[in-house]
Amino acid sequence: MTAPALRFDDVTLAYDRHPAVHHLSGAVEAGALVAVVGPNGAGKSTLLKGIVGALKPAGGRIEHGPAARRIAYLPQMAEIDRSFPMSVYDLVAMGLWSRVGLFGGIGRREAGRVADALAAVGLTGFERRPIGTLSGGQMQRALFARLLLQDAELILLDEPFAAIDAKTSADLLDLVRRWHGEKRTILAVLHDVDLVRRAFPQALLIAREPIAWGETAAALAPENMLKARRMIEAFDPHAHACHRDAA
Amino acid sequence: MIYDALVAPFVEFAFMRRALVGALALALGGGPVGVFLMLRRMSLTGDAMAHAILPGAAIGFLVYGLSLPAMTFGGLAAGFAVALLAGVVARVTVLREDASLAAFYLVSLALGVVIVSLKGSNVDLLHVLFGTVLALDDATLILLACVATITLASLALIYRPLALECADPNFLRSVSPRAGGIAHLVFLALVVLNLVAGFHALGTLLAVGLMMLPAATARFWSADVTIMTIVAVGVGTVSGYAGLVVSYHAGLPAGPTIILVAGILYLVSLFAGSAGGLARNLWPGRHLEA
Repeated sequence: MTAPALRFDDVTLAYDRHPAVHHLSGAVEAGALVAVVGPNGAGKSTLLKGIVGALKPAGGRIEHGPAARRIAYLPQMAEIDRSFPMSVYDLVAMGLWSRVGLFGGIGRREAGRVADALAAVGLTGFERRPIGTLSGGQMQRALFARLLLQDAELILLDEPFAAIDAKTSADLLDLVRRWHGEKRTILAVLHDVDLVRRAFPQALLIAREPIAWGETAAALAPENMLKARRMIEAFDPHAHACHRDAA
Repeated sequence: MIYDALVAPFVEFAFMRRALVGALALALGGGPVGVFLMLRRMSLTGDAMAHAILPGAAIGFLVYGLSLPAMTFGGLAAGFAVALLAGVVARVTVLREDASLAAFYLVSLALGVVIVSLKGSNVDLLHVLFGTVLALDDATLILLACVATITLASLALIYRPLALECADPNFLRSVSPRAGGIAHLVFLALVVLNLVAGFHALGTLLAVGLMMLPAATARFWSADVTIMTIVAVGVGTVSGYAGLVVSYHAGLPAGPTIILVAGILYLVSLFAGSAGGLARNLWPGRHLEA
């Protein structure tokens, strides 16, 4: 049994003290392919932010194992400024950051790797195009090319197939499978439950509180899905301080 | 004839040569900084910070008179203080950074004018507000050249995180948690440095002129950051030279004329620019085959 890639120890992630992820415990094994599923506002994206360290836990701790040192994180697409004058090549080449850093040059070998990554996502010939001219699907392909170059041990994907045509999501799903075959650990936030049942061996169902975590078929059983849907989306403005962890 | 009009003023008068070198230095540093201000949607921040420099420089003037080190140091201190204060207010209160900056700069500008008029005459006030590009001494020229050098070297060093922080801040944070913040602080320092340099030549009201006008002009000619930077420096240089020539022959104040030339170049580019100019949008030509 190898050490887990991630261990959640009674983790609570909160915005202005209101919990978005409430008392989550458990571990992600190294090399696991896990889908994170739940209704809107269930804390799925928040969980990924907590893992990359963009949000400090309001309670508990998130431990990174030896198989989660290099993390690649793909946020929801809307968070990139597409009007910024940057070429597809530059965007993708930034995946080499851990190798070239702040000042390192991109030599012939690195340029070759960028070309390979672009070819792998079917964007050969797009190198000089400004990112603002790409369609939604093309942009997501470019971001996956960058993920390829990041060569990360732990890959976090936030709604990677949202608002993307079937052909593109099938291609990108093949890349996810390839990463899984390479023993990388992958956590993907997804709303398409059928896709999760088809392609993801494990699932974490959360609705602010963790509902179920394990084999996909069992975790996404009808009674669990019903329980997740009953989550009350709005924060209670008069909520009292939570003392569950003290108990 | 052409020689008389375009070259002779600079051959005959040392103050014209000095003004030209000063404008060149400002264009070299201010252009690239302006491009990044624009890309970071901070165009008006530059303007606000330019005003914020005034009280510092004014206190220096009050204590030491028209002394270069005193006014430079005072301006730098006031610029950094306002930049940091605005950032802090935005972080700890509900007010957004642009609103708090506006509040600070209005107070600063008023305070600066009051302080200058405590001691100085109206001539001094004009000097502070509109600069003295035709009266640059050796020390000031060296200061402007140093600022340009520091700016270009620092920008080269922080180029990658600075660009990435504009385009995809989440990604930058995930690969390097601190690079973005450091790049932002260094960049703010460069903005203040260039504004203080601009203050000596063009005054507090026009200091941003050789920063933002060339940058905005450059955006109409290219969508590539490198080319935009080069175009911005070119526009600044041309404005400096042409502004001096025009002001010499027409007897106009030099600083405002330089900025006016930059303004004309901006208007021309707004219409004729090949990357998103008005003419291009109105008459795009027939569509292509593929």
